[in-house]
Amino acid sequence: MKRIKGLIILAIILIALPILFPNNYFITVVGTAVALHAVLAISLNLLMGYAGQISLGHAAFFGIGAYSSAILTTQHQWNPLLSIGAGMLITGIIAFVIARPILKLKGHYLAMATLGFGIIVSIILVQAGNFTGGPDGLSDIPPLALFGWTISSDFHWYVVMSTVLLLIVWLVNNLIDSRSGRALRALHGSEVAAEMMGINTTSVKTNVFVLSALIASFVGSLFAHQQAFISPDSFSFFFSIELVTMVVLGGLASTYGAIFGALVLTFLPELLVVFEDYEVMVFGGILMLMMIFMPQGLFVALENLISRLYRNYFNPPLPVPASDGENHDVA
Amino acid sequence: MPSDALLRVDGLSTSYGPVEVMHNVSLEIQEGELVAIVGANGAGKTTLLRTISGLHRCHSGKISFAGSDITNSAAHTIVRSGICHVPEGRQVFAPLSVDDNLRLGAYTLRKDSEWVESEMARIYELFPILKEKWQLESGNLSGGQQQMLAIGRALLGHPKLLLLDEPSMGLAPLLVEEIFRIVQELNSKGVTILLVEQNARMALAVADRGYVLETGQIITSAPANELLNDEAVRKAYLGY
Repeated sequence: MKRIKGLIILAIILIALPILFPNNYFITVVGTAVALHAVLAISLNLLMGYAGQISLGHAAFFGIGAYSSAILTTQHQWNPLLSIGAGMLITGIIAFVIARPILKLKGHYLAMATLGFGIIVSIILVQAGNFTGGPDGLSDIPPLALFGWTISSDFHWYVVMSTVLLLIVWLVNNLIDSRSGRALRALHGSEVAAEMMGINTTSVKTNVFVLSALIASFVGSLFAHQQAFISPDSFSFFFSIELVTMVVLGGLASTYGAIFGALVLTFLPELLVVFEDYEVMVFGGILMLMMIFMPQGLFVALENLISRLYRNYFNPPLPVPASDGENHDVA
Repeated sequence: MPSDALLRVDGLSTSYGPVEVMHNVSLEIQEGELVAIVGANGAGKTTLLRTISGLHRCHSGKISFAGSDITNSAAHTIVRSGICHVPEGRQVFAPLSVDDNLRLGAYTLRKDSEWVESEMARIYELFPILKEKWQLESGNLSGGQQQMLAIGRALLGHPKLLLLDEPSMGLAPLLVEEIFRIVQELNSKGVTILLVEQNARMALAVADRGYVLETGQIITSAPANELLNDEAVRKAYLGY
């Protein structure tokens, strides 16, 4: 039931915003970017938050999807929908091949390996100029058309990205509550104990790595069609770090936390434009303060605050347990 | 030697790095038995269990279970063949709820939810305290409750053989009795159990047979009540 409730609230917010603020730049343009980042953060959170496997190369899969779509539609005149599928297939194969050797590593070593992968991909994007257009990127990517409806305006894209976001939230929430989801969360706690439950930890880790890469590739393709122009800058190491920051800031192992992290990290720079030269400094300062005072993540902290206020308002505060050494529960 | 043993360990030797810690250990368990392995700290009891359940590799020897060779198989496939291991220190999945922990026990069975629900009800009946706390994070349970959770979780896998590693570790005396009562009850319901314990007196009191493990070697094996009355065993492990 809790699964559905969050989804409905999210849907209401996504529908209400453009009605309340029609033709608002912050809704249609920034809002679309938030939704896109949110989907990426959710997919990374599957890997980092739930399965406990860090990845500093998530932007690479986003980039492979984007470039697959861009190259196939501009240089080979493929149908955009078909090229999205082809991009996911390519990404899936790459993710599957590197998953086994990479996921044998743990902690810092895993971070290093994924970082290396991300850097290799971004070097290829810059160097393989014949295909990728090099540092200049690729332009004139055709717009996406669905059943004869061409997605062209900012508002169209807002609708598409919001729908994708809702679908992914629904998918991930169902996954996490399922048998495979429990296996995922179990291996986060202890791989040895998970093996003792009969969980094939290698294959579970591989599966979640591939799934998370597939989602990233899918939104990468959407991104290419939305922007009509892509360059390697959008898929660099720095974007991977930004995604990790979204996940950690929002709260690990929380899907809505990942959305929240994406919201803050996408919106804040827009609002901080007023600080002009000091924008980056203020931005960094805010992130530091958030992590110091809300280490468990923004969303979780907010959730706790709301439930505390709610309790205090509707119920008398709970009595403080006696601390005189008596009445100890014998467990 | 009867060939119908459920578990047979033959000449097992294992090492940590270059150091051999178990030398030529052999034992067997018949279906329905409750067998205890007692021995001091560092004798190799936990290593023996971990080797049986595939978490540790052996360099020589053979383990066969229910007629098939499981030597050095992957841990997750050994679970599927029917050996469930309740590890030392319980190893519950702390951030997961009690309910989720139990459900993970049935991971290998791939049964429909109706079946799992009825099995869950059975475990909750065995451990009413877990039912009370089903929504809590299992990391917040007391040691005794975590031990019950770990046992319940293993039982959901419908083990043919249950490996129990130091179930009494770190528990208050009253709880130790409670845990051993449960172990005996499970065995009387037909679960074959291999129990490893430092608390030799309690273990031998409930077991059918016992093995004494000392610095990686089995030095004695006998019916449990004989071991309890054996002069040497009493001096060394029972302290009276």
